[in-house]
Amino acid sequence: MTVVYWLAYGMLGGGALLALVRLARGPSLLDRVVATDTLLVIIAAGLAVHAALARDPTLVPVLVVVSLLAFVGSVSVARYVGGMLVDPRGDGQDAGPPEAAGQRTGGTP
Amino acid sequence: MNAGPLADAVALTCLLLGSLLCLTAGLGLVRFPDVLTRMHAGTKPQVLGVLLVMIGGAIRLQGWSSTWMLLLVAVFQMLTAPISAHMVSRVAYRRRHVRRDLMVVDELGMAPPRAGEARGDEPADAAPEPG
Repeated sequence: MTVVYWLAYGMLGGGALLALVRLARGPSLLDRVVATDTLLVIIAAGLAVHAALARDPTLVPVLVVVSLLAFVGSVSVARYVGGMLVDPRGDGQDAGPPEAAGQRTGGTP
Repeated sequence: MNAGPLADAVALTCLLLGSLLCLTAGLGLVRFPDVLTRMHAGTKPQVLGVLLVMIGGAIRLQGWSSTWMLLLVAVFQMLTAPISAHMVSRVAYRRRHVRRDLMVVDELGMAPPRAGEARGDEPADAAPEPG
C-alpha cells in the first residue's frame, strides 16, 4: 500500500513538474494553454488518487469544478488568441499575441 | 458492499496506470517540438488517464453518490477534450505556431485560399525554439 502511495504520487508530481517547466518555458501563448490544461488534468487526477487511496469522498465535488475550469480556461484563451485582428498598419501581417510577434523576424509588432 | 483484495488490486492498478499516463504527458510536453505535438502528448491523460483514475476511485470509494460524480467527471472530460483540442490546434495552425517542416501531410495548406480570408491567416513556420 505504501509502495502504491509513493509510486502514484511520485508519477503525478513528476508529470506536474514537467508541465510547469513547459508552462514557464513555452515560447508561445498556446504552448502555455496546453501546459495549463495538462496541469489541471494532472491536479484532478491527483485529487482523485488521494480520494481513492484515503477512501475519502469529500474531495469528489472538487473534481467536477476542476474539470469544468480546465475546459473554460483553455477555450477562452484559444478564442482570445484567435480573435486578434490583422494589424491594418504595416505590411498586412498580423500582429498576433505579444509572444508570437516577438518570435517572428521581419514582422511589425 | 464488501470489497475483496481482488477489487483493491484492480483499483490500485488503474490508479497507477493513470498516474503513469500523467508522467508521460509531462515528459512529452517538455520534449516535443511544437504546439501540435505537445498537444498530442498533453491530451493523453485527459481521456484515458482520467478514465482509469475515475474507475480506480469508483472501485475504492464504494458509494453511489461519489460513483455518479466520478462518472460525471469522466463523461465531461470526454465531451470537452475534443472541443478544446480542436480550437487550440486551429488557432495554432493559423497563428504560425506550427513547424511545417515536421509535418507529414498538410491538408489545410494544400487547400486553395478562400476569398474572404484575412491576410495573416496563412500558415507559416514557427520560429525554431531557442535552446
